[in-house]
Amino acid sequence: MFLIIQTALELGFLYAPVAMALFLSYRILDIADLTTDGCFVLGGAVGVTVCAAGHPVLAFPLAMLAGAAAGFVTALLQTRLGVPSILAGIVTNTGLYTINLMAMGRSSNKSLLGTDTVFTLLKATGIGGEWYELLLAAAVTVTAGVLLYFFLGTRLGLSIRATGDNRDMVRASSVNPTYTITLGLCIANALTAMSGVMVGQYQKTVDINSGTGIVVIGLACLIIGETVLGRRTMLKGIVAVMVGSVIYRFIYAIVFYTKVVSVDFLKLITAVVVGLAIAAPTVKKWLAFQNRKRTARREAGKNA
Amino acid sequence: MLDVNNVSLTFNPGTVNEKSALKNVSLHLAPGDFVTIIGSNGAGKSTLFNVIGGTYFADGGKVILDGRDLTFLPEYKRAKHIGRMFQDPLKGTAPHLTIEENLALAYLRASEKTSPLSRVNKKDRARFREQLAQLGLGLEDRMHQPVGLLSGGQRQALTLLMATVVTPKLLMLDEHTAALDPATAEKVLALTKEIVGKNGITCLMVTHNISSALSMGNRTVMMNDGEIVLELSGAKRAEMTVPSLMELFKEKTAKTLDNDRMLLES
Repeated sequence: MFLIIQTALELGFLYAPVAMALFLSYRILDIADLTTDGCFVLGGAVGVTVCAAGHPVLAFPLAMLAGAAAGFVTALLQTRLGVPSILAGIVTNTGLYTINLMAMGRSSNKSLLGTDTVFTLLKATGIGGEWYELLLAAAVTVTAGVLLYFFLGTRLGLSIRATGDNRDMVRASSVNPTYTITLGLCIANALTAMSGVMVGQYQKTVDINSGTGIVVIGLACLIIGETVLGRRTMLKGIVAVMVGSVIYRFIYAIVFYTKVVSVDFLKLITAVVVGLAIAAPTVKKWLAFQNRKRTARREAGKNA
Repeated sequence: MLDVNNVSLTFNPGTVNEKSALKNVSLHLAPGDFVTIIGSNGAGKSTLFNVIGGTYFADGGKVILDGRDLTFLPEYKRAKHIGRMFQDPLKGTAPHLTIEENLALAYLRASEKTSPLSRVNKKDRARFREQLAQLGLGLEDRMHQPVGLLSGGQRQALTLLMATVVTPKLLMLDEHTAALDPATAEKVLALTKEIVGKNGITCLMVTHNISSALSMGNRTVMMNDGEIVLELSGAKRAEMTVPSLMELFKEKTAKTLDNDRMLLES
């Protein structure tokens, strides 16, 4: 049980930046950014490669820069070149596959054996004891969350939020939506890549397929968190992605250790949960309407 | 303040749908001028606004505001100096942002020398409160509520405040009360008069309501088929009545003002 809790918390915070990125792109900018899968691997690939070269800390800014570049390409495609936003993400994502292979030295995976990572560096100092991995992951993710929260209250942050909320208004109020969308996607993908480099150094390996479906898992975390905490304010939203991410990994860990269902099913279950959760408002509306029709019919029958 | 020189714009040139929306339109506003614009649907009123505001670029002619040539400046850059309001109350505010955040956005973007990372401080907040209180809608006690919860009239009043929270060089009102009920429209018009008057804002207002076209501002312009057909100011405008203006319109354009709303609201 102890192991389950520890693993769930660790993985929860390690993957939370992906959910945070989706909070920014999907919730705030209202753009389904499918760059996420490839971008996560990109962060891992760049991060692990730089780490293998002996710079575990430098790996973070470089991986985030690479992620931001990927976000920039997606943004460029949709804002300047008229590619529909979902397609823009898919196109970038496809291109990233090759980039990721190259970042790993034309190999489909790369391992860190015997090299220092940020985690081993922290372990060596003795800070955090048994919990050093959780401490680091939580520190990085919470810092990112705090920075994001403050950023969203600035003029630029408000502009980004308004862009996703009312593009008509933004255009007529001296905010360039091309700029805000580009900036928002760069930040979101930098966050995704940050998660990638953390996970890569934590697992001491990165694989070309490690990002498959991460966007749906991220959305699941986002939705779980919002269901638990609500989504009225920015602060709640940012805390919610972390809580959601931990809960998701908790469920994952329980399934993994207890084998109540085979782990093979997890992606299918996740997909179904996310699909239903996003469909919920529409389904609810439809049910309410059917209910009204039935009531009206019954009353008409009574009066006849 | 504003010089529109020989501006023309043609939609779908070279096709069967070719429409000459503006034909060599010239309009000059002195600082503090408040010009009301009337004309039937398709006369080119909104197109003129869109050319001044930068939604469309003119095919020919120039748009100059306060000595600066705006003709090819993108919309978002012009918006720093031009406040704009539309007929649809949903267009001017961001529904999921709170009243305070909407105001902050309007305030921070328009004020000079603010860094992109600047935030509103206590002093700004107190200022917002004071200005909201002047609207007389009780919004000052709801600053942390999302704007989506406000009614159309409240949203339009807030949009007016946002457009003028930093005094713009030009304020353009495109039938900004047309979607509101008569009582609310009256209130928003009164607020418009007050805010524009107090700050001496140079203002352009499109309206279908002929009586407010005559009662508000100091000049009235009539457009038809992409041209300005009549300009009224001074004594001539002062003695103009709604029926005589409609008669004049018939004379100028050889057609009646074919808009039911004008008759109903006059």
